[in-house]
Amino acid sequence: MSEAMASPKDLHFQEFEEAAELLSADPGASTLSMSANSPIVTVGAAAAREDVKLDVSEDEESSQLLEEQKPSGSFWTFEFYQSFFNVDTLQVLERVKGSVMPLPGRNFIKHYLRSNPDLYGPFWICMTLVFSVAISGNVSTFLHEMVNSSYHYKPQFHRVTIAAVAIFLYAWLVPVGLWAFLTWRQGAERLIRGYTFLETVCIYGYSLSIFIPTSILWILPFEWLQWTLIVVAMMISGSVLILTFWPVVRDDSKVMAVGTVMTIIVLHALLAIGCKLYFFQVAVPTSLPVITTAPTIYTNLTVKPH
Amino acid sequence: MASPEDASRPFAGFSDVSIPEDIPVEGDISVPVPPSARDDELSTLDEPVKETVLRDLRAVGKKFVHVLYPKRSSVLLRDWDLWGPLLLCVTLALLLQGGAADSNEQGGPQFAEVFVVVWFGSIVITLNSKLLGGTLSFFQSLCVLGYCIMPLTVAMAVCRVVLFAISGKAGFIVRLVVVTASFGWSTFASTAFLSDSQPSNRKALVVYPVFLFYFVIGWMILTFSP
Repeated sequence: MSEAMASPKDLHFQEFEEAAELLSADPGASTLSMSANSPIVTVGAAAAREDVKLDVSEDEESSQLLEEQKPSGSFWTFEFYQSFFNVDTLQVLERVKGSVMPLPGRNFIKHYLRSNPDLYGPFWICMTLVFSVAISGNVSTFLHEMVNSSYHYKPQFHRVTIAAVAIFLYAWLVPVGLWAFLTWRQGAERLIRGYTFLETVCIYGYSLSIFIPTSILWILPFEWLQWTLIVVAMMISGSVLILTFWPVVRDDSKVMAVGTVMTIIVLHALLAIGCKLYFFQVAVPTSLPVITTAPTIYTNLTVKPH
Repeated sequence: MASPEDASRPFAGFSDVSIPEDIPVEGDISVPVPPSARDDELSTLDEPVKETVLRDLRAVGKKFVHVLYPKRSSVLLRDWDLWGPLLLCVTLALLLQGGAADSNEQGGPQFAEVFVVVWFGSIVITLNSKLLGGTLSFFQSLCVLGYCIMPLTVAMAVCRVVLFAISGKAGFIVRLVVVTASFGWSTFASTAFLSDSQPSNRKALVVYPVFLFYFVIGWMILTFSP
């Protein structure tokens, strides 16, 4: 503490030891130190790099107070998985609201998850998105082809399978890759504590929630409206992701930080545009390619201009 | 003669039976069984097959009636069985056949797809409600969800009849009304059974997946086009 700064050298030395002991016990702990006459190397450096946003300081304390909830039981018991569903209705609604209205300075994970990531939200949001995209796509195809008198309505149920594969792969594999990458970078560069795997999956799942109303609005057959909706949805969804991941990534070298954020955004945009082009296009494709998030597949499909 | 360790063993008094005195030791160490239980077992084995089949059919029928008038009774929960859900699922999948058959991939759900959606969906919803802290057992939930598909199966049969009788927009409106009504009935019936077993601050979290499940089945029924 600051009063110890003016004391003789042996007290300085003791303080260093104490702090070093605390740090070695919990290397992830964030520390705050006042500006030091003799700066304590690791502690001071970490504090200097700490996020200086006002919100965060109180969140650091509260996240230290709420110890990260380790799942109880071993991997094979039911209680292990039950700890991932420890949410109430109000909490889920609040999290969804936070993901569609991102405010600058509010890190979704620190503000809403608060060390209690859940799997209910990501799973059911993805499920709802799968069906909303498939059903809305079917309705929009029907509305467009209705004028064609030789058109016979088809339910196109296979789209559900394709949508399910694409969305679930995106919502589960991309967080795995991102988490692994961030953990590796964090380990190599000694950044502030990154996010756990569950928190990464959680943020990705909740960030997809804006696409549910967007996919329903895509039924309206105006091209300009559809592209406007994509831009708006991408802005909202992307900003949730950026606000969450930027504090973790920005301490890295400039290239890596910007590169990581750009990759997150590009993948997200590919999912949105891919869904729009595949499910809501006007022409029925002759071949049915399996969707991945790469855009090159769509060069095969013809799109009738409105 | 009773030493402490003898007293702790059962039949301790018989430990010295082998002493060949003139004590005739005979007896029957069997536990007397009340005669009625033994008679019941034998009678179930001896009954005619028709009787056995009818008993199960009557149980399934009774549960159908309980779905039709969903009161808070525990018949569905206490004696769960999966015959009814299986019957309903097969009927629904068969009725959904024969639609839009000119191209395999553009048509409605195949038989296997209906099965997968119904059973996999039920299992996922059951797991969800158990993970959220529900008190129903796994098979009880499956039983409830399966039986509550009955209104939707009835709606499917009605829709097929309507598709023969009335065509065009009027037919579509009739089908829409029928499917919406039966979807609402199914959701209401199943939540009447399921939501009691959940803590009150998580009821909506359990009801929403049920709503989504019956909505998807209703969609499959509504979009059926021969």
